Parts: sequence; C-alpha cells; structure tokens
Amino acid sequence: MARYIERAENVARFIDVNYNLTLGEGSALGHQWAPLIYTTGDEALFEELYGQPTRQSVLQFLTYDQRNPNSIISCVNNARENARSVRDTITVPMWQQINTFYLLVRSAARQGQPLSDPNDFCDAVKIASHTLLGLTDATMSQNEAWHFGRMGMLMERADKTSRIVDVQYYLLLPTAEEIGGSLDVVRWSALLRSASALTMYRKLYGRITPTNVARFLILDAEFPRAMHFCLVRAQHSLCQITGSPMGTFRFQSEQRMGRLRMELDYTSIDDIIREGMHEYIDRFQSQLNGLGSAIHDDFFRLHTESAEPTQTQSQSTS
Amino acid sequence: MNYAPAGYDEMFCSEGTPRDSCREFVARLQEIPEQELTDRQQAAELNLVNMGITFNVYGHEDGTEKVWPFDLLPRIIDADEWKRVEQGLKQRIHALNLFVSDIYNDQKILKDGVVPKELLESAKTIRPQMQGFTPTEGVWCHISGVDLIRHDDGTIYVLEDNLRCPSGVSYVLENREVMKRAFSQVFEGMSVVPVEEYPEQLLQTLLECAPAHAVEPTAVVLTPGVYNSAYFEHTFLAQQMGVELVQGSDLVVDNGFVYMRTTHGVQRVDVIYRRIDDDFLDPTCFRKDSCLGVPGLIDAYRRGNVTLANAPGTGVADDKAVYAYVPQIIKYYLGEDAILSNVPTYLCSDDMQREHVIANLDKLVVKPTNESGGYGILMGPQASASERAKYVDLIRSNPRNYVAQPMLQLSTVPTLVDNQLEPRHVDLRPFVLCGKDIYVMPGGLTRVALVRGSMVVNSSQGGGSKDTWVLRTDEAHQLSMNHAAAYGGEHA
Repeated sequence: MARYIERAENVARFIDVNYNLTLGEGSALGHQWAPLIYTTGDEALFEELYGQPTRQSVLQFLTYDQRNPNSIISCVNNARENARSVRDTITVPMWQQINTFYLLVRSAARQGQPLSDPNDFCDAVKIASHTLLGLTDATMSQNEAWHFGRMGMLMERADKTSRIVDVQYYLLLPTAEEIGGSLDVVRWSALLRSASALTMYRKLYGRITPTNVARFLILDAEFPRAMHFCLVRAQHSLCQITGSPMGTFRFQSEQRMGRLRMELDYTSIDDIIREGMHEYIDRFQSQLNGLGSAIHDDFFRLHTESAEPTQTQSQSTS
Repeated sequence: MNYAPAGYDEMFCSEGTPRDSCREFVARLQEIPEQELTDRQQAAELNLVNMGITFNVYGHEDGTEKVWPFDLLPRIIDADEWKRVEQGLKQRIHALNLFVSDIYNDQKILKDGVVPKELLESAKTIRPQMQGFTPTEGVWCHISGVDLIRHDDGTIYVLEDNLRCPSGVSYVLENREVMKRAFSQVFEGMSVVPVEEYPEQLLQTLLECAPAHAVEPTAVVLTPGVYNSAYFEHTFLAQQMGVELVQGSDLVVDNGFVYMRTTHGVQRVDVIYRRIDDDFLDPTCFRKDSCLGVPGLIDAYRRGNVTLANAPGTGVADDKAVYAYVPQIIKYYLGEDAILSNVPTYLCSDDMQREHVIANLDKLVVKPTNESGGYGILMGPQASASERAKYVDLIRSNPRNYVAQPMLQLSTVPTLVDNQLEPRHVDLRPFVLCGKDIYVMPGGLTRVALVRGSMVVNSSQGGGSKDTWVLRTDEAHQLSMNHAAAYGGEHA
C-alpha cells in the first residue's frame, strides 16, 4: 500500500518537472517526453499501447490509463484495494485519506485534468501522498505493520531515485569528456528537482556538478530520497520486524538487505564512476528486486512450502 | 481584439497588427475566451499568494507584506534585438568596472579631462576609504540591474545603472514559475529562453571573485533583516544558492578575517553578497551609529581577506550625473562607441545646462542624482507652477544634486484590466553578473505602471510586473533541438 502511494507520488513528480522543463521549448516534440517512460521502466507496454511518445500520450499513459499498472490511477487504486483488506490494521484517518486520494484522482481523470492542467494535478497527488505519510506517522503505532509499510515505501523510493539518476545521467552526459565542460544547468537543476533535492543539494555542495549530483542522490546518508538513506532506514525497519540484532541475519531478506546497505555504506562515487553509472545502477536495481522477492518469500508466501526460515545462522562469530 | 495603443507598443504595430515576434503569441491569445483570461489571471494571483511572494512597503497599515502584483500578459523580446541589448549591457558593465577601478586608483580619466574632476569629488557616493584598493579579479560591480526603456521612437535607452544593491531578480524567477503554471497552454510551444540558471550563475560569479587563499570558498548573503523591503529576495537568493543568510550580528571580524557564528563555533566567510548599503556596512569605517553592519569588515576587506559584492564605493558609477558621461567612459576605456544609447541628460552643475533646465522646466523631468525608487522626481509637464518654483530653488541651492532629462514616452504592453486588454507603460531591468566573464540574464524584470497613462513603474509606488520572454533564435533553437533529438534517437 505504502509502496503504491510512493510510486504514484514519484510519477507525479517526474511529470511535473518534465512539464515545466519542456514548456517554452518550442514545438512539443515527442522525444522530450520519451525519457519519462524510461524512468518508470514501462517502455515495452507503452510502445504496444501508443507507439510514438507525444506529450499527450505520455501524460495519459502515466496518469489515468488503467491498462498501465504503474499509472497514477492504477497505483492509487491498488493502494486502496490493499488498504481495504487491512482496514483493521491501519487507522481511520489513514483509510479516509487513501479513499479521498482515490476519489480525487478518479474525478480529475474524468475531467481530463491530468492533460489540461498537469501541474495542478501533480501538485494535488504529491500533497495527498505527503498527507498520508504524515497521518501514518501521527496516528499509527510504530509496530510491525508500520515497519512493513515504511520498508516498502523506502524501497520504492530507492528504486525511483536510482532510475532518475540512471536515465537523466545518461541523457545529460552522453560522453565522459563532458564532465567539467559547460553544463546545461537548467536541466541538471530539473533532475535534482524531480527528486525534490535541489534545496538540500545546494546547501551541501553549492554549484552543480554531475559527480556531486550523483554522489548526493546515491550516497547521501541524510537526504530522505537518496538511495543510501532509504536502505539504511529500510534495514532498520526490517530489523525491528525480525528482531535480529544489527549485523546478524536469520532470513534471506535480511542477508540481502544487509549486503546492499553495506555496499552503499562503503562505496565512493569514484568507485561508481569507475564501474560505470549505468552498470552500477543496473546492478543496484536487480539487487533491490532480489531483495523484494526475498521479503515476499520470507514473510508473505503462503505457508505451503518452506515458509519457515530454513536456515538459522548467525553471521556474527564473535 | 479591441486594443488601441497610443504610442509605441511592444506587441502591436500602430495598425493593430502584431509585431513579427509576437504573431505566434497573439494567435494563441486570440483562441482564449475572455473569461478564461481573467480566470488565468486569478489563478496566477492565487499562486503568488500561496507561494508567499510578497514585498514590504514601509508604513503600510495592514501588515507590512503585500502580494507582488503580476500581470498575465508577457513582454516579448525578439532574439535579434536581445542580442544587441546583451552586447550593449556587457560593454557598459565592462567599462563601468574599469571606471570604478580607475577612480579609486590612478584617476587617469580625470587627468585626461574626459570626466570633470569636480563631478567626482562632489559625488556623495564616492568612498575615500577605497582609495588605492583593487578588488579580486578587478570586479567592483558583481551584480548590476540596468534599467532600460523604449521611447516612442522605437529606440531602447539606458535610463539608469543600478550598481549598488539592485533588487527584483527573485521576482523574475518567480514570475516565470507562476507563468508556467497559470498560462501553460500559451507558454507551451513558444520558444522562450529559460531564466532558471540565474542562481547558479550568481553563485559562480560570487565564488569566482573569492580571495585567492580560499580554496573552497564560503559565501553568504548579508541582509539588514526582516523589515527590509527586499527581505523576500534576500531569503530567496540565499536559499536558491544554498548559502547562509546572515545579519550583521551573525558575523564577527577577528584578526582581519570574517567569521560567521554557527552552532559548531565560528566558520570563516570568504564572500559576502551584501544587501546593505555602504553606509551601514561597518560602523568603524562608515556610519558610527549603524548597528546593521560588522565592525572591522572594511579592514578585512581592504586586506583582501574577504570579497564584498558589490564592492563598497561602486555607487560612484551610478550617480545620475556620472551617468551622463557613460558614453564617453565607454569610448575612453574600450575605444568603442556605446551600443546602447543614454537618455539625453542635462547636468545642473553646469551653468549653461542649468539655465536651460530652469527655462524649460515644464518640458523636463528633474531627478536627484542619488535617490532610488523614484523618490524626489519632478515630472515637469505634469507639475503645478508652485511645484516647479520649488524645484527652481532646490536646483539653485544644490545644483550638483540634480539632472534633467526630456520627458520620455515609455512603450506599452497589453495588460489585463477589468477583463480587457489595455496598453500600460513598461520598463525593463535586466540583471548583469560580472565575475571572470559577464553574464546577462535573458530578459529581466519588466515593471508595468498599472494606472492608465502613468509612467511610474516602481513597486513601492503601485507598479506591477510581467514575465519577460526572450525568444530563441531559430539557429540556437535548432541546435538545442538537434541535441535533444540526438539523445532521443539513441534511446529509441
């Protein structure tokens, strides 16, 4: 549920920034919208449904096309379905907010607002998502269910930030020689804005350089949308759920989470650039996917097969 | 469209047909129903309220914050015309920097008799404390706001150079943001040069001029505080650049270096973008009674341990009497003719010119040489006989303090008034940054006189603002498109 809401919010954020950026760019050419589809990772489905990316088709696909499982409306729909099934676990204000969110998106879609007024629509989606986050923190005990929700949200966030870095880095910096050359500052700022990171980036680094942008979005430990931050907090939630002491594991998911987090702890941006940004992110995403399935296997698979932790081992030998 | 401009209009020719650069925009505008325009205008205003974009008016009764008045219809500037304006501004700021350096050092221009010595000696803005000083990179005017107007004859003139603490750039950036939100259906598809890189350029300019010893310089914005009329802008720029916003009391000078107090002790400051006037910067050097500044700051500055932007003493080059000499200043230092014209200006300190001014007071505008914000101006043709008589006395008692210019007819731009488009007079303040290179923000702040026929555009006196669009050249635009297409193509 939290994961779906986070996804909807991220899609809204991408659209908002890209829309602002492409306004004033002369005739609305399709390729300026194509990167958005890469960022959400649904290019195959898009091509099957629409063919060429245009402003209209991309907006429609990402906001209210129910055939796209990752469109805003699909995400909010799924979140509401999930919330319905766990209404006994979540609080009344949370349920009401999810329901309001769902009605808001449905009514906006009916009126065509995502196409006619994407800015206002995206703003409304972001605020609805933030409201839910706030309500969750303010009304729900930080119990196991809360930690599951938190973990899902953080993993989704890490995934989306990694996609932003991957796609935009590639678009903005086609050759290595351009590092240190003149930068398209407007677009680099937009990249940071799509992660709501511009203000905090400026405070930390001042001038915009590609290396620092990547370092901030991947490795920062204090910025809430940085991949590292997300992993640290997700691991914390997982430990709270399993009760394993830090640095030890009983479940496969704990092992995978620990490794991934540890890698981010001890990686420098130079290591990443040496490996290749795209290669690094690609590897990160597949590890994150692996972690996602491990969590599913460990905690949500029906108790028909080996749902119990099969191995009980401790990494810590001391 | 029922629109009838009286003089030079930026959007329409006298026959009521749109100018070439505005044809596309006007076509889009005509597709929008009248009511929709009003709705969009209201949406823009609501946006400004929600974003908290305000300015302070001294002595205003219901709270000090007023919402920034904004008009939905942009001022559009053709790419070729802008190119010339940009060159003209770079030339001007380059020459003025050389001028200020010369004035505080060798004074060659005075010795060569190009600018009269008395004029400089009597300038209120000269700062003897800066004598013999040259700032890092030789830059005095890091940030300038040059006011331009277009007269009835179609020529763009420089009205004044603001080289001390020019305000308004935050509104340029916010206006664009609001415009994109409120008027996206018109904005979309127009080729407008973006203005959003200004904060990065400003930061770069400031850091480039840091003292040589600062390897990773720390910059701050120094504000007089929350009661200043431009406080919104100070916070905005600090936030956009990611630097600290400080007041004098946050800074301390120790052993010739400037430090800011933080929760972890003190931290050295290398560059100060100061938004405090010279007089208030340092009570040990300028006004003794000032509590806004930092004691010892000027000493640290003179030792080259900190950069002040703009440098103290730059005001000497935006004195309105010195303004009259800018074309000669450009010629003297650069050997070039000024690209942008000055408004013809009479100096009351000159006997012959003064008598001409007094004899023609009903045709001229009289300005004090050192005020800003439109204060102390006499609009001769609109003034009463007794007001004019008062100014004759003022001029005679202190001729150095006054200049006079012919009454200029500012150009107009269509503006939304009671659901209708009406011509309203505008000026333009582009912002120029000078570090190792000179950067001109594309466009600038268009201020509009919201009262019919009025030429007073100052926000402190009821003026509003518009978004300013510099259109891309086909060439530059094509280039950026090819660039984008190359990326897209590789991905597809």
